[in-house]
Amino acid sequence: MKTILSALALSLLASSAFAQDAAPDQALIKQGEYLARAGDCVACHTAQGGKPFAGGLPMETPIGTIYSTNITPDKSTGIGNYSFEDFDKAVRHGIAKEGYTLYPAMPYPSYARVTKEDMKALYAYFMSGVDPVTKPNQDVDIPWPLSMRWPLAAWRMLFAPEVADFTPAPGQDPVIARGAYLVEGLGHCGACHTPRGFAMQEKALSDADGKDFLAGSAPLEGWIAKSLRNDHKDGIARWDEAQLVEFLKTGRSDDMAVFGGMTQVVEHSLQYLSDEDLTAIVRYLKTLSPVHPDAQPYQRNNAVSEALVKGDESPRGAAVYIDNCNACHRSDGLGYDRAFPALAGNPVVQTDDPTSLIHIVLEGGTLPGLKHAPSTIVMPPFGWRLDDQQVADVVTFIRTSWGNKGGPVDPKAVAALRNDKNRTTSGDDVGQTAYSNQPDQTPDLR
Amino acid sequence: MAKVMQKTDVVIVGFGWTGAIMAKELTEAGLSVVALERGPMRDTYPDGSYPQVIDELTYSIRRKLFMDNSKETVTIRHTVNDTALPYRQLGAFLPGDGVGGAGLHWSGVHFRVDPVELRLRSHYEERYGKNFIPDGMTIQDFGVTYEELEPYFDFAEKVFGTSGQAWTVKGELVGKGKGGNPFAPDRSDHFPLPPQKNPVSAQLFQKAAWDVGYHPYDLPSANTSGPYTNPYGCQMGPCNFCGYCSGYVCYMYSKSSPNLNILPALRQEPGFELRAGAHVLKVNLTDDKKLATGVTYVDAQGNEIEQPADIVILGAFQFNNVRLMLLSGIGKPYDPKTGEGVVGKNFAYQNMATIKVYFDKNQHFTNPFIGAGGNGVAVDDFNADNFDHGPHGFVGGSPFWVNQAGTRPIAGVSNPSGTPNWGSQWKAAAADYYNHQLSMDSHGAHQSYRGNYLDLDPTYKDAYGMPLLRMTFDWQENDFKMTHFMVGKMKKIAEAMNPKAINVQVKSPGTHFNTVSYQTTHLNGGAIMGTDPKTSAVNRYLQSWDVHNVFVPGASAFPQGLGYNPTGLVAALTYWSARAIREQYLKNPGPLVQA
Repeated sequence: MKTILSALALSLLASSAFAQDAAPDQALIKQGEYLARAGDCVACHTAQGGKPFAGGLPMETPIGTIYSTNITPDKSTGIGNYSFEDFDKAVRHGIAKEGYTLYPAMPYPSYARVTKEDMKALYAYFMSGVDPVTKPNQDVDIPWPLSMRWPLAAWRMLFAPEVADFTPAPGQDPVIARGAYLVEGLGHCGACHTPRGFAMQEKALSDADGKDFLAGSAPLEGWIAKSLRNDHKDGIARWDEAQLVEFLKTGRSDDMAVFGGMTQVVEHSLQYLSDEDLTAIVRYLKTLSPVHPDAQPYQRNNAVSEALVKGDESPRGAAVYIDNCNACHRSDGLGYDRAFPALAGNPVVQTDDPTSLIHIVLEGGTLPGLKHAPSTIVMPPFGWRLDDQQVADVVTFIRTSWGNKGGPVDPKAVAALRNDKNRTTSGDDVGQTAYSNQPDQTPDLR
Repeated sequence: MAKVMQKTDVVIVGFGWTGAIMAKELTEAGLSVVALERGPMRDTYPDGSYPQVIDELTYSIRRKLFMDNSKETVTIRHTVNDTALPYRQLGAFLPGDGVGGAGLHWSGVHFRVDPVELRLRSHYEERYGKNFIPDGMTIQDFGVTYEELEPYFDFAEKVFGTSGQAWTVKGELVGKGKGGNPFAPDRSDHFPLPPQKNPVSAQLFQKAAWDVGYHPYDLPSANTSGPYTNPYGCQMGPCNFCGYCSGYVCYMYSKSSPNLNILPALRQEPGFELRAGAHVLKVNLTDDKKLATGVTYVDAQGNEIEQPADIVILGAFQFNNVRLMLLSGIGKPYDPKTGEGVVGKNFAYQNMATIKVYFDKNQHFTNPFIGAGGNGVAVDDFNADNFDHGPHGFVGGSPFWVNQAGTRPIAGVSNPSGTPNWGSQWKAAAADYYNHQLSMDSHGAHQSYRGNYLDLDPTYKDAYGMPLLRMTFDWQENDFKMTHFMVGKMKKIAEAMNPKAINVQVKSPGTHFNTVSYQTTHLNGGAIMGTDPKTSAVNRYLQSWDVHNVFVPGASAFPQGLGYNPTGLVAALTYWSARAIREQYLKNPGPLVQA
């Protein structure tokens, strides 16, 4: 075939032209690319629909909106003029080339423990493996005096750890050590999963800092980043290593499906990690002791399933559940393997704060098609057809049935989330607009 | 002046089952593939969003997923002496439109083929003599055998996630007493999923069929009996018998479709591009008409665009494949007067009859509102050549089945004949019978005849100014003979159920083809496969005899209609053709069969 041959010829030409350049170490660039995936740099440093790493993604903070920066090797607007030392100073120390302190939206307190060797690979990748894009950085939308940068330096001195290559604890299993390095360092899992203190600092940056580490956060953009510690009710004790590795790699396992902010983490970062690294991450997470060591494991209770099968819809929210959820998640709350996640016993529906579950009922969720699991499976939004009371009822039903130990939910919590301008939304859940682009659909069937 | 796109290795016209299979196979071979679909993008979400998709008015009555007759349609006449008129309202058949094509709105009955039907003419001549086949019946052999296609049937079932029960696997009996079909040909493997459960209506059919000495089996269904992940990694949920299959997008991810079972994997292929809203006008040929150079299409904004390509796959609906060949000048058009020419020849359909059975209001709660499009119980005792046709004087066979696909509220109420069509008596009967009835079909094979064919209409044009395709089609004596024989045999099953009333719906001899009432969308032929370029449009690999870089998969290749539903054979033939492209054609582009 002519086009195939010419494409082949072109690529040969291209690679020979490339070979004349000052040959950057391809293996090092490749390693840097992998590490950039592990650090999920692309997630924040790419605007929606924008070129990779060219910055401009708005991030809401309590004091105003900041925008991620251009980290492509463009010399005028990106980091093309950064030396390795400049790059290292920004990534691990939180100090820009110009000398000011970065907003800690950049997780430099976590990156502080990345090894210098890995930093060199990252530098090689960002200088030679990324296409330069000319795109000026956008100023922050923060009013004076909060826009002053000097308090950031004070914050950094108070909360950022000293920059030092990660070193395993004496006698630490090398796999677990690798996991700790990825979780505490480049993976910066704590940025979402660790609760924050009075100055928005992560309360713990490693397990050594105490049980706040990865113990789950307050809602961020309308989602809870759940506890990654080994608790039964709302942690990860329920799942074994194989299930968790599969989840991180494919966004799904027999009874799990990724949602909320974690979706992008799997999409942009975790699906590209090696099985060895994913196993290391999980094995390390499984070493985190539970916050509530005395809590009992999930005990299944069949009373509700039996009532539903008999047509008894008297429990609060049962009728809403049957009409909207039952087809996929079933009366026994077990869902179907890999397709529709289980609700019974699932820790994500039992967190003290019900925000995520409310959000997913309102807006639905999309399990994205990925390299190792290409099917996109969508839970449609229900916010357009269920009112606050119905959502509260069904969420309460899910949180308290089949042996689940979540608490009841007030309609006011639903209303508050519906009106929360800070949460992410596709716009499908706000009401009448859901099907405005489908004129032959009836929008409101209530 | 048409805008010219960058050349691609392969351009595919239409993104239904055949287009999706070809796209997957050919991207796997390392080729760049552009698929052009005339209709809009469609997917489980938002098109199958629950609960909005459970909407009979939008989907069944207003025909949301079907061909848009305001843009293009066909004209229809019964004989060459009539003037054809446009099919302005969809009725007898419902071609799809949009990504997934008819594969998105189908029901999901997923058969293989009876081996006899692949060599129908030879078989009848061998068993019954040449004179048994009536004059004017133009049935032919496909030019490929069941044994050759078996691996592709097997793989297609694994891709579709088909539920069913084998009778024999590699010669070993495995399906006796478990729902296997004793007339089914041998298989290399089991179905990927066990059969679906059967509703009350199918269970009644099963028992009654046993009672009259027939051999009931579970219908092979491309509705899943459990969650499933196919060889491409594409996932399916389990069918919950909601009854919204045919005409709908399945919200449970449980009815196999190109969108669900292949497209997710294609999305991971950098060499694949799908353009929706791309209506192909014609295949472009070199001046000597021996090679295709690509296609010309109109995009959603109305721009005319040329897509150059090294290989052109016509993966449109059956009659649109034929129309594109005629509009492009690929192959010699068929002439019914001389019987010469091949494009448009052997247009065939289905020969259906239905019996509705009504029980007393206290007997047999059949819950007709539940159902699954591919699910049910069938018998093959009178399908293909599973009985001696000698004394009966007709060609063809028919499976019978209860296939309870879900009775929906607007169209679903059926009363025994004699009940008024409205008023209090109608209401009383509906209340008594709605939940105490079942329907069984004789899904008869349909033969090809010299006078049933396709050509371009001399008068009517589509929205793009191109001539419409003209169907010249009517029922023939063999069709009436066969369907009456079948109804007699099927009625025995109905009677064995001891019903209160039976309503037989069968064509009376002399009835003409009626475009208004739905039969099936199983249209066949017009670009038929075979071993001789004088009598077939494409060779046994679905390659045009005349333009070797054009391949034409689909039921357009069937020389006559099958007793079974066509999708399984369409899929297997497409994999077979794709394999020939990958393993033979790419190494040595040219005719794969020397004429």
